[in-house]
Amino acid sequence: MIESLMKLFGKKERSGKIARDRLKMVLIHDHANISPELMINLKNDIIRVISTYMDIDQEDMDIALEQDADSVALVANIPVNRVKHHK
Amino acid sequence: MSEVIVITSGKGGVGKTTTTANLGVGLAMQGKNVVLVDTDTGLRNLDLLLGLENRIMYDLIDVTEGRVPYKKALVRHKKFETLYLLPTSQVKDKSAVNPEQLVKLCDDLRKEFDFILIDCPAGIEQGFKTAVAAADEAIVVTMPEISAVRDADKIIGELGRADKDNIKLIVNRIRPQMVESGDMLDMDDINDILSIDCIGQIPDDTMVVTSTNKGEPCITMEKSSAGQAYRNIVRRILGEDVPFMEFQTEGFFEKLRRRVFGK
Ligand SMILES: Nc1ncnc2c1ncn2[C@@H]1O[C@H](COP(=O)(O)OP(=O)(O)OP(=O)(O)O)[C@@H](O)[C@H]1O
Ligand SMILES: [Mg+2]
Repeated sequence: MIESLMKLFGKKERSGKIARDRLKMVLIHDHANISPELMINLKNDIIRVISTYMDIDQEDMDIALEQDADSVALVANIPVNRVKHHK
Repeated sequence: MSEVIVITSGKGGVGKTTTTANLGVGLAMQGKNVVLVDTDTGLRNLDLLLGLENRIMYDLIDVTEGRVPYKKALVRHKKFETLYLLPTSQVKDKSAVNPEQLVKLCDDLRKEFDFILIDCPAGIEQGFKTAVAAADEAIVVTMPEISAVRDADKIIGELGRADKDNIKLIVNRIRPQMVESGDMLDMDDINDILSIDCIGQIPDDTMVVTSTNKGEPCITMEKSSAGQAYRNIVRRILGEDVPFMEFQTEGFFEKLRRRVFGK
């Protein structure tokens, strides 16, 4: 009863909200389109920070932005050689 | 202190030229010395919106290429005597002016004018880069429409890369009825997404078209709702704190639905 009333009054998702949600997603993708230079700087900064705690294998490490339909993630695979002693 | 403001958008046809003409007239009505520089070379339009198309002798390219001093190319408005237009060429293309030339020209114009408004071509190519190079501030014009907002976001990014940090937003062609029914991006959505300072919300208004037909910007028309919005923007540019006008009209059924079912 309530549901049919809701339908009658147009409680379905309005196109303005659909536009907003699509826009938010597309902008995440637009912004994630970062330059190789920025990725290299990011990688070097990450190496520097992590290296104060552990020895990592810089050759085999891998950092990338992975995008799918509704999310963007920064994915890092960093092999650890040795964890440094706590001071 | 003069201000050089570029009116830009990314997407074409959202109202840059209309905005440039209206703000120019509005600032002149407030007694400011204003010059409007058309940089949409090859697609000259600003002259038509101001009703000055029959008075053009020289253009921007004649000035930047050193054939005439800028004073010779300026066209004075018939009615608002502190308003001038520097028209662009209808035959050359956007590569005819480079950023250094426009920067130099604007530095000369600063000596005489309070406001220098630059009407920018659509897109993010050379014409955009040239127009932006000379500006202290940017006004980004967009519409409550998904592709126009995306392009505005892109332009805001480009302005940031060009170290232009003083950026204001104008949202043009708002249709209150559609916002009301939830079928148009509303101001909260757009502010949330673009997160830059908004200085204008302009309704879609048929008087924009009729005033363009006559070559008299709608800001001079008492009854025009877009004209009222432009008058408010002028006051905000001059530092006044003006509340945004309400044009949401809530229908009876809308109200009823809200009463019964909550928001
Ligand atoms: N608020 C408004 N209500 C109704 N029509 C409008 C409004 N603003 C602009 N228009 C109309 O939209 C069209 C495009 O406007 P305008 O030429 O100012 O856009 P523009 O951004 O300068 O375009 P271009 O990218 O081609 O230079 C014109 O026909 C104009 O009359
Ligand atoms: Mg234009």
